[in-house]
Formats: sequence, structure tokens, C-alpha cells
Amino acid sequence: MSYRLSHLKQLESESIYVIREVAAQFEKPVLLFSGGKDSIVVLHLAIKAFYPAKLPFPIMHVDTGHNFPETIAFRDQLVEKLGVKLIVASVQESIDKGRAVEEKGINASRNAIQAVTLMDAIDQYKFDCALGGARRDEEKARAKERFFSHRDEFGQWDPKNQRPELWNIFNGKKNFGEHFRAFPISNWTELDVWQYLKEEGVSLPSLYFAHKRQVIQRNGVFLAMTDFLETATHEIPEERLIRFRTIGDATCTGAWESAADTIDAIVEEIAATRLTERASRADDKRSESSMEDRKKQGYF
Amino acid sequence: MDLLKFVTAGSVDDGKSTLIGRLLYDTKTIFEDTLEQVKMSSERRGDVHTNLALVTDGLRAEREQGITIDVAYRYFATPKRKFILADTPGHIQYTRNMVTGASNADLAIIMVDARNGVVEQTKRHSFIVSLLGIRHAVVAINKMDLMGYDEAVFERIKQEFMDLTTRISIPDLRFVPMSALDGDNVVDRSANMPWYNGSTLLHILETVQVSSDHNFIDSRFPVQYVIRPMSNEYHDYRGYAGRVAGGIFRPGDEVVVLPSGFSTKIKAIDSYNGPLQEAFPPMSVTLILEDNIDISRGDMIVKPNNQPDTSQDVDAMICWLGDRPMQPNGKYLLMHANADARCMVKDVIYKMDINTLHRIEDDKAINMNDIGRVRLRTTRPLFKDAYTKNRITGSLILIEEGTNNTVAACMIL
Repeated sequence: MSYRLSHLKQLESESIYVIREVAAQFEKPVLLFSGGKDSIVVLHLAIKAFYPAKLPFPIMHVDTGHNFPETIAFRDQLVEKLGVKLIVASVQESIDKGRAVEEKGINASRNAIQAVTLMDAIDQYKFDCALGGARRDEEKARAKERFFSHRDEFGQWDPKNQRPELWNIFNGKKNFGEHFRAFPISNWTELDVWQYLKEEGVSLPSLYFAHKRQVIQRNGVFLAMTDFLETATHEIPEERLIRFRTIGDATCTGAWESAADTIDAIVEEIAATRLTERASRADDKRSESSMEDRKKQGYF
Repeated sequence: MDLLKFVTAGSVDDGKSTLIGRLLYDTKTIFEDTLEQVKMSSERRGDVHTNLALVTDGLRAEREQGITIDVAYRYFATPKRKFILADTPGHIQYTRNMVTGASNADLAIIMVDARNGVVEQTKRHSFIVSLLGIRHAVVAINKMDLMGYDEAVFERIKQEFMDLTTRISIPDLRFVPMSALDGDNVVDRSANMPWYNGSTLLHILETVQVSSDHNFIDSRFPVQYVIRPMSNEYHDYRGYAGRVAGGIFRPGDEVVVLPSGFSTKIKAIDSYNGPLQEAFPPMSVTLILEDNIDISRGDMIVKPNNQPDTSQDVDAMICWLGDRPMQPNGKYLLMHANADARCMVKDVIYKMDINTLHRIEDDKAINMNDIGRVRLRTTRPLFKDAYTKNRITGSLILIEEGTNNTVAACMIL
């Protein structure tokens, strides 16, 4: 019998199922969109899940203010093309209002305080479920995540007391004030994401493709020279041929030396690499449990 | 390329973590920076060898206590297949996590320590594998190096295990003698056990046929979500979105909608990439029907000559996951095939002693990690099949009101 689905089709079907389940079980979901490849995949899957209807929920960008201009341009173009509703939650505003305190010093990053802005936005708009593009293969704390991840009224993740998740039955029941995070592409690997983007012909921000850029090297990670990056006097910018493997806050998203300038070349590169994509994330290098700690505090 | 989901069962001492480490390492899945992190942690803890178990223990509490608390998922691939591994804790008190990890698995690896042979733990794991309807199992008889790679030891343990199969049912059962520490018969054939002519573990994982495990006979389409675009372009569009739970659906097929019992035909099968000629498990699609019938989430689209059992009485095997014991005559929320209901536990028929595989009929208190047979009465009819026939329409969960915790997994009989 030829009734078999390729692994990408199986993953796609599972993710669409999860996204539809979110729309069915929650009153006010939102899709978190960073402009990175994982959230681009989730958005693409969500469009497919409800076709030919429009997306039944808005998308939200938690904007650290430390963006690569390419990401924002890409985001705005995509929003216009798809006709989805975009909410921008600003970390700068949280800082200005005194809701969050910015880190100081040379390694300062707005990555961790995104959680404050995210939680405030969830509260303000009364969102009861936030869909995200986190994957279990990214990081060891994320390997323990459920598809439907319960958060208490403080937005906290309790990893030692998670609800069992059996078969394809997702329990989204909650009390007032609590909410959920849902991760439709939990079972995808980085390579799956790239193979899928290639198969589906999805467009991506130019940052993912090899280009020449001024960078400095810090703790074994290349950081792009931007207006937001504080540098020490010994850190001399140099031009390198790089691309980004992940896209986040510009101050902690590491670049990667690469000549891969097409999606085919990227798929080949990822298939052969011996380093995880998080190896270029300065925020995960802080300690062995940094992801677990941030997630407990409401990070996604 | 296709996908295999599998689960590992065995306690820490059986060498489960070593086996997983070996599989990931030999398939070149442990990335250099991860290995570097693990090496550093091992040194800090004072471990003599690089402790590969640290690769799988993701939570701080797990690393501190050196045990696995929760299911962790691992991903690796060979040129032949992609694999998703649910790594479940081996401790007795975490039976519920093994049930969770096993619920989506196509295959299970049951670890046996060659020095100890079949022990209670082995029975418990094998019973859960059988209960969760996993059709393929590999009994990994590990630490053969400590038994002089003796064929007689392997044959004796194999026979001990075969004696269990009078009480448990696993259709495709294989035995592999191995030494996970040295990698014998994991990825590469063992030079130490020339008497073993079977496959290596990885070869079995790469070649086992699982696609036929889906039910392609009994057509079941639980309606998950109704798509109504409300736009000028798609003014009268009504699509019933869901994931095919069984059988094959094609345009033109006669169908019956439950619970209303109305008959109609499939007009089209819709997807973002265009209309489809057929839909089968586990595809997520949208069905368009000829007639305008009132259909909502939780309804089920089936074929007229092959309908599920429709009833408010449910006989099921239950695995209790909640901290608080099951309440006699207790009321719980229930989720089944995209439908919600409430139910009452009418009766406990028996409880299993999963170490001896005997039924206990004089003690019917169901506590955390207990497995038993119960009778439920639901507030509205469920469209159900036996779990052995269909893992999707045959499974349900119970939710405690108040805490909203998932407290039980049920397999319908």
C-alpha cells in the first residue's frame, strides 16, 4: 500500500492539527511572530490550517527595539501580503514605563526582559493562548515542553509538574487568569524547518543568506555591528562573509561564517553541521540552566 | 523519507541512558557544543567518564539528582529514516510518564540487564507497551559483556520473556543481545557474538514497517474545527477541518454524520495546495459536503456501512496519572476525539498488579500509577472504537474539575 506520508508531510499534518486545536479550544489566541524562520513556518502552517478563511487570530511581535532593519521590513511586507493583523508589543515602552529594567554593561541584552513585555501584552489584550515556534531539539529545557504548555497567573512554567500529554488529545482547560503557550512545531528539527521552507518555497529575510557584514568576535560568537551593540576598545570590527542561523535581538544573535547564499546551500550546510544553532546565541551561553530559568519566568 | 516514533523503557541501571547516548553518538547526532557542555558538567560533578545521561536530562533538578523525572524527546536521523525518541524515566513512581511517552510510539525498546534477566520492571514495561497498543518491541538484552557474551544467557532470557507473552500481546517482538557501553549490536554488528545472526538495533529501527499500523479500513473523521471564511469570495463555504483518524475518504463517497445521522456525500477534499483525490491517516484536511447540514466540533463523519460504537457506557482500561486517588463514583471532565463530555466512574472491575500481571479484585482503590479496568457513564454518547482497532477513536483522557489536571488515560475495550 502506498498510503505513506513523508516525514515533512507528517510533521505538517501534526502542526496543523495543533494550530486548529488552539483555535477551537481558546477564545483569544495570538501567534508570536519574531520574523525568524521558526515563526515564519508557524505562520505559514496557520495560513494553511484555516484556508480559505483568514487567520482567526492576530500575530504579535515582541519588539526589543534592537532589530535588524531587514527583519522589520520583511515583517511588514509579509503582514501586508497575507492580510493578517499585527500587534507590536514594545520592550522600549516597558522600559520607559518602568515595567522593566534594562541590563547594563557590555553584554547587556533585552532578550530576558522580553518576558515582561510579553506578559503585559497578554494581560492587556486578554490573550488566553500564545502560539510560538519553539522546537524541542533546540535546547534541553525545551526538550521537556508539551505542545500545550500551561502557565499560571504569573506566567510561570512549572517543569516538574507538567500535565501529561497523551496521544493527540490536548488539554487546554484553565482557570481565570491563567494562559497557555502552544508549540505546533515541537517535533521539528532545524533541518526539517529548512527542508520544509525549501519544499514550500517560503520567502525569508535576507539575513539568513550569506552576505558580507561588519562583525566583532566575542566569546567565540560573531556579533553584528549595530547601533545597539556596546563594544570594548579591543574589539575591532572586521568584515566577514556570514549569515544568521537564528534571528532575534540584534545584540545577542550570533552570526555564522558561511558562504551559503541559497536555500539549497543552507539545507546542505545544516545537514552537515556539527554545532547546534543555539551555539551562536549569546543568551544561552550564560549558564547551563539559562533557558529553563527564563522559561520559568514567562519567557517563551 | 519517513518517520519512526519510538519509546525506551528501562531503569537507569539497565543502561538505557548509555544506549541512547550510544545511538545519538554513533549516528553523529550529539553536536559538538552539546558534547562540550556535557563534558564540562561531568567534570564539575566529578564523574569519571563523560556522563552521556546528561545529554538527556534537561532540567536542573534532574541533573542535580541524577535521575530522569519527565519525558524528554530526542531527534536523530540516518540516511534511511528520521527518528523521534521519547526517553521516559525508569523509576517505578514514574509509570505515568512511561504511559505518556508510549502513547504516541510505533515501537518500544525494552531494556533487560543480562545479569538479572526478566525482572518485575521488565514485566511492568512490557505490560504498558502491550496496553498502549505498541505493535513492535525490541527486547534489548544488555550488558552481554558482563556475561561473557554467552549465547545460553541470551536464549534463557529470551525464553523467560516468551513466557510473559501468555499474558501480554505484542505482535512483533524481537530480541537483540548487546553491550550498549561498547556498542555491540547497537549500530555495528558485534564481533563478540558471532552466534547472533539477527539484525542490529539500528537496523531494526531503520527497517521496521509501521505505516500499516494505521487503520485504513474503518473510516473515521472527527470534526475538529469548522471553517467559514465569511468573505464575498467564499460566501457559502463551509469546510469541516480535522485529521483523518481511520480509513480513506474520497470525493463522491457516501458519508453519515454522527450524532445527527444525516447522510450526504463528500463534494471535495480541500487543502491550501488545492483539492485532493483522497485523504487517509494521519492527514489534516478539510471536507466539503454536498448538503448543508448542521455539523460542529466533536461530531464525526463516517461511512454508512461501517459505523463506530455509539454509547454513553464506556468499558476501558485506565491508567491513573493524578496525584489524588480516583474518587469512587467521582465525576470528571472527559476529552475524546475532539469532543468534550463529563463522566462518572460507575465501577472499578479490577486493578492490575502490574508486577505479577495478576488481577486484584478485592482492592479497588485506584491511586497514582495504578492500572485497572473501569466502567464510565458519559453525559453524551461517544463515537468510539476499541483501542486495539483505532488508537485515536479508542482513547480518552479524564480531567479533574477544579485543578484542570489531566488525571487519567483510558483505552477503550
